Amino acid sequence: MSPVSNPPTLVMGPLLYNWSPETYVDFYARVADEIDVDRVHVGEVVCSKREPFYADHLPGVIERLTRAGKTVVVDTLALVTLKRERQLVADVTGLDGVEIEINDVTPLATLAPGRRFAVSPLVNVYDEGTYGWLAERGAWSICLPFELPIASIEALAAEGTRRGVETQVFAFGRLPLAISGRCYHARIHGLAKDSCQFVCNKDPDGLEVDTLDGEGFLAINGVQTLSDTAVAVLDETERLVAAGVSAFRLSPHACDMGAVATIFRERLAGRIDADEARVRFGGVGLGPRLGRPMMTGVWPATATGGR
Amino acid sequence: MTLAVAAPSGARVRPELVCPAGTPAALRTAVEAGADAVYCGFRDETNARNFPGLNFSPAELTEGIRFAHAHGTKVLVAINTFPRAGGTALWHEAVARAEGAGADAVILADLGLVAHTAAKHPSLRRHLSVQAAAANPDAIRFWVETFGIRRVVLPRVLSVPEIAAINAEIPCESEVFVFGGLCVMAEGRCSLSSHATGKSPNMTGVCSPPSHVVYREEGDELVAKLGAFTIDRTAKGVAAPYPTLCKGRFTAGDYAGHVFEDPVSLDAAQMIPGLIEAGVTAFKIEGRQRSRAYTQAVVASFRKAVDDHMAGRPIAADMTRRLAEGQSTTAGAYKKTWR
Repeated sequence: MSPVSNPPTLVMGPLLYNWSPETYVDFYARVADEIDVDRVHVGEVVCSKREPFYADHLPGVIERLTRAGKTVVVDTLALVTLKRERQLVADVTGLDGVEIEINDVTPLATLAPGRRFAVSPLVNVYDEGTYGWLAERGAWSICLPFELPIASIEALAAEGTRRGVETQVFAFGRLPLAISGRCYHARIHGLAKDSCQFVCNKDPDGLEVDTLDGEGFLAINGVQTLSDTAVAVLDETERLVAAGVSAFRLSPHACDMGAVATIFRERLAGRIDADEARVRFGGVGLGPRLGRPMMTGVWPATATGGR
Repeated sequence: MTLAVAAPSGARVRPELVCPAGTPAALRTAVEAGADAVYCGFRDETNARNFPGLNFSPAELTEGIRFAHAHGTKVLVAINTFPRAGGTALWHEAVARAEGAGADAVILADLGLVAHTAAKHPSLRRHLSVQAAAANPDAIRFWVETFGIRRVVLPRVLSVPEIAAINAEIPCESEVFVFGGLCVMAEGRCSLSSHATGKSPNMTGVCSPPSHVVYREEGDELVAKLGAFTIDRTAKGVAAPYPTLCKGRFTAGDYAGHVFEDPVSLDAAQMIPGLIEAGVTAFKIEGRQRSRAYTQAVVASFRKAVDDHMAGRPIAADMTRRLAEGQSTTAGAYKKTWR
């Protein structure tokens, strides 16, 4: 498989935030009918308490996306501790006729041998040994973790090309940097996690965490911590594609995701350059916080001057 | 595969006290203070406490293991960062060196490195590092059944009843942290330090590294920065906590304060009976970066706590208070309200 001759795959990653069921259904209807992506991830990754809100709608969403010609991938939870959460994971690994993506190694305990799976950026794939082991276990797509330097991305993408596995990068959205047993939304509202009143639903893109000097620092989304600004990998796309990266993941935000997908499609096809793409990003409605200053490199730390 | 199974509830099995050895001197101190096992790492990026002036050369490890074994103490070698793509040879060499030096076990986090060790060093005992964040029986069974993991270090996201439930289901030993630094995030699944400084626990073995810390006076305040970010501001003359990024003060919406965690450290001394009852095999003390005096005091205190409990005596309530060096302590996730 030559990554250069095939246009890269555009992937709508799983929704990480707590959107209302109505917004959720509307969003996936738009993805099915209007948004130019090849593959769409569904399923709750962040918090098992949110899952019941979507459960009834999920079969309809999958059906609609499939009918629209999208490849559908169902994700598993990222942090699994409770019995109910283990059951949710087993329910996903037991699904027939749909692709699945793992967000930690828990699903590998129940996944039938020979059943193929995708690997999310929340799984620690840092080296060829891990990449190769997962490929042999049945991984057909691996989205790399955020903190990898470009040299690692290139080495792992080469491994993917050798093995016929798709190497993917997280290309748009707030970077999910950490997951915890503690719910920060509940904590800052003076609530316990078990009686959280789902306060995270007030923040469809997460809630910004600023330093005491008023600088943007991070964002919280229930048990998840994310980057303050969004990443939009627009600068190094040619280098990544040349290295063998063949899929780019867009993380859903409360902005014009159709416009975001179109910009990436044009950029990856070489019809616009990074500068033009950046200009166009001004029109996707990211809002004053999320869009400023957007990280456009593959290294999260380049934005903060750390690396 | 048959492996040691956690003792049935009710039996009072003597737990193993696993103590930090940041340097050869600290190793000797911990051994003499009553450690059942010490853990240490090589002086490079293969271990998660890769700080200047710490850790062991191969020769020092060999000598340290000789000393520990002469005192009946085990040595566990932490090779628990995630190998750099294109550079895995360094991690493979570390495993081979640990085995060659006579280590009782290696503590690993990376799937590929665990697979390599199981294939190339099958008789070397393998522990799963907390950095692998195996937080439920399914994940742990995966590691045990696939790679012969003998002990799992449990992530600090679990309550005591959850630990008991895990131990009832898993075919291996478990180890839990009882004292020292406390991660708020699932270990090995946190890129905050990488994001703020470019240096990460997973890749370089450091979090909130001192090289990126700047203290600056502004008016009546001391500003503590990590990289470009203000982590805390304290009034001059007040002891300023080290700017660990998840324990700083920030604002979020209408909230101002410690969004993630207070500047606390873990002290689960009083939970030792409950954790033994929960089937835990080993208690781990964090702090390879701490002084010899600290190591001596903490190890001796926990030696006494475990021995007192095993002899049916109560564990002194204030035993560990002075060790926290003025810091507040917490029982962390062991109490469910922490969440």
